[in-house]
Amino acid sequence: MTKEERIKKRYNAEKRFKLYGITSVVLAILFVVFLIHVIFSKGSSAFQKTTINVELNFTLDSLYLDPNPSKDDLENVEYYDLAIESLLKVYQVNGLKEEKALINLFSPDYEYEVRDFLIKNPEFINKKTILKLTASDDIDQLHKGNYPRHLPEDRRRINDFQLMMYDKLVEQNKIDKIFNNYLFQKGDSRNPELAGIGGALVGSFFTIIITLLLSFPIAIFASIYLEEFAPKNRVTDFIEININNLAAVPSIVFGLLGLGILLSTFDLPRSTPLVAGITLALMTLPRIIIPCRASLKAVPPSIREGALAVGASKVQSVMHHVVPLAIPGTLSGTIIGLAQALGETAPLILIGMVAFVVDIPSIPTDPSASLPVQVYLWSEQAERGFVEKTSATIMILLSFLITLNFIAVYLRQKFERKW
Amino acid sequence: MKIIKVLISFLAVFAFISNVQARDQIKIVGSSTVYPYATVVAETFGKTGKFKTPVIESTGTGGGMKLFCAGVGTNHPDITNASRAIKSKEKALCEKNGVTEIIEIVVGNDGISFAHSVNSPDIDFSKEQLWRALAHEVDVDGKLVANPYKKWSDIDSSLPSKKIEILIAPPTSGTRDAWNSLVMVKGCSKAAKSLFEANGKKAKKECAKMREDGYAVEAGENDTLIVQKLASNPDAYGFFGYSYLVANKDKIKAAAINGVKPSLEGIQDYSYPIARPLFFYVKKAHIGVVPGIEEFMKAFTSKKAMGPRGYLAEIGLVPLASDKYKAIRTAALKLETISIK
Repeated sequence: MTKEERIKKRYNAEKRFKLYGITSVVLAILFVVFLIHVIFSKGSSAFQKTTINVELNFTLDSLYLDPNPSKDDLENVEYYDLAIESLLKVYQVNGLKEEKALINLFSPDYEYEVRDFLIKNPEFINKKTILKLTASDDIDQLHKGNYPRHLPEDRRRINDFQLMMYDKLVEQNKIDKIFNNYLFQKGDSRNPELAGIGGALVGSFFTIIITLLLSFPIAIFASIYLEEFAPKNRVTDFIEININNLAAVPSIVFGLLGLGILLSTFDLPRSTPLVAGITLALMTLPRIIIPCRASLKAVPPSIREGALAVGASKVQSVMHHVVPLAIPGTLSGTIIGLAQALGETAPLILIGMVAFVVDIPSIPTDPSASLPVQVYLWSEQAERGFVEKTSATIMILLSFLITLNFIAVYLRQKFERKW
Repeated sequence: MKIIKVLISFLAVFAFISNVQARDQIKIVGSSTVYPYATVVAETFGKTGKFKTPVIESTGTGGGMKLFCAGVGTNHPDITNASRAIKSKEKALCEKNGVTEIIEIVVGNDGISFAHSVNSPDIDFSKEQLWRALAHEVDVDGKLVANPYKKWSDIDSSLPSKKIEILIAPPTSGTRDAWNSLVMVKGCSKAAKSLFEANGKKAKKECAKMREDGYAVEAGENDTLIVQKLASNPDAYGFFGYSYLVANKDKIKAAAINGVKPSLEGIQDYSYPIARPLFFYVKKAHIGVVPGIEEFMKAFTSKKAMGPRGYLAEIGLVPLASDKYKAIRTAALKLETISIK
């Protein structure tokens, strides 16, 4: 082989190597784009809900109210009659069967929607108004184009009569798509049109706060001690190896720990953010200690020696000089650890977080869901409307994770010092 | 050491707080098949405003019984759902832990649907054909052999010449338990049963054992996933509760079993061959301790919920026949307990 041939061969090898690299990067990007496309195309419609315009006449008569009712009176009124009568005026129907078909176009909560409107706007008493009432999930999915209408009637969830009513309502511009406030306000529900992630958001918030409160101080003290004060001997080596091992332990093992110790021994309440927070704190601890130690290690010894040289004690040199310099690294490590905890599902299954919880929790010892668990729960539901809800929840969860990671990167870039 | 002390005292404080707080919310665990119905009742119950909405955890029938029978007290669930009746072993566990008074409520019936894509032609199976398609070992010419059938037509020439492909629920599922006892054990041929016994094995257990050579695929506890897979593959079959068939009838349809297709009437009078009752069990000792249990039982057994025109029937629960309903309603109102001996 001549010299030129050998050089050519080496150049070719280099080109091939680059090509492999580019292919892997392109493939990875394609996968991510595909994933995001699937989630967005399925989930984006969940941020809107379909409503049907209903004219309501809040006469005192129809509500069985005395003139000038108090707020209590308004809350105690039966809104059923008024709501039903107004619904039935939306479209002319004959007979009980058709009435039922008409009422089924609405979500089962119509009565409460009417009530909430009047309690919020008492000035509408004795006045007429047009209210946008939430449509049932079948109509919702049909209006969003997610449900095929050209099927024979026996294979459709909406019958021919309802379909005809829907077309007439569309013609009269009585059907609208508005922002889906329920998605953020309400807890779980078996009716997709009424289900929201409000409870899961609060649950995740409580969980993450408890995880932060428990794991951050412990991790900081543990890493400062191990890095700055602890003697280097077999015991600390052993501890170090174990921290690294713990960080790699599958999260479900921590779930078992939570089940065995927190629920069985300490008798903490099942399905609560309290237990979830403690369990996830145990899981996150080693994952925070490792970056904290790394950022402490990155502070040059000259800083410590300088402080000691001017007469600072060991504690002073660490707390006044080393730790402040290491803070950007520790914070970004903590945030990434918390982001992992936020997306964790497996340990929560074992401590009973996979539960149907309608009420939004007000304290950390109330039963609650969390965002990833809500995704898991909704993905199992039979109703069609939950498909878009599942994807929408994934979108919200992803946006939280991306924001957290972005903050971590920003802190590191902005405050990190190079020596 | 300080850190550990702090952690332990922190936990102890929380444990103390949570023990002092009485629970004011009903806790329900148990079957994933009853879960869709129980959640609807719970939600409706919560909207009446007097009590908090019960919290329901889907743990599977067996897991639910274990939690339910673990003891009396607010740290244990009040109600467990079940897609089969309580077993004597579970009764013994309950008794051991002081759960001696249990109220049994039958909520309705469910028919396990054996379904496939709407794009494939209607089909009819017998239980024996289904057993032969799914079993681990079958009898061929008087001998037990590992399941040799690859195509449906290998089992019976009247069936289509297509590869056998069945999505099955995992062994933890109550639906799989019911499928085993209603289809696998019943469909198991006499020859196979006697051969199993001749080899010193338990016929019931061996008949229910499913093949693991790739023709029966475990699809996880997620029935929606099974529905999606059936919709995209016209040759695949799968089984799940009737409510999934009702909710997805634009995508999938049910095969007939012994000539009968699942329907409300057929499941109610058990003329559909794979129908079964669904239950929930209430701990009587908790009534009066956790508020709302009695009212919840009343709401669940009301005609508005369980009746033939109730809202549970709309999502696929098959209502009880009227005489059976009356008995259950009385049991719920009078808090009649079952014998756990």
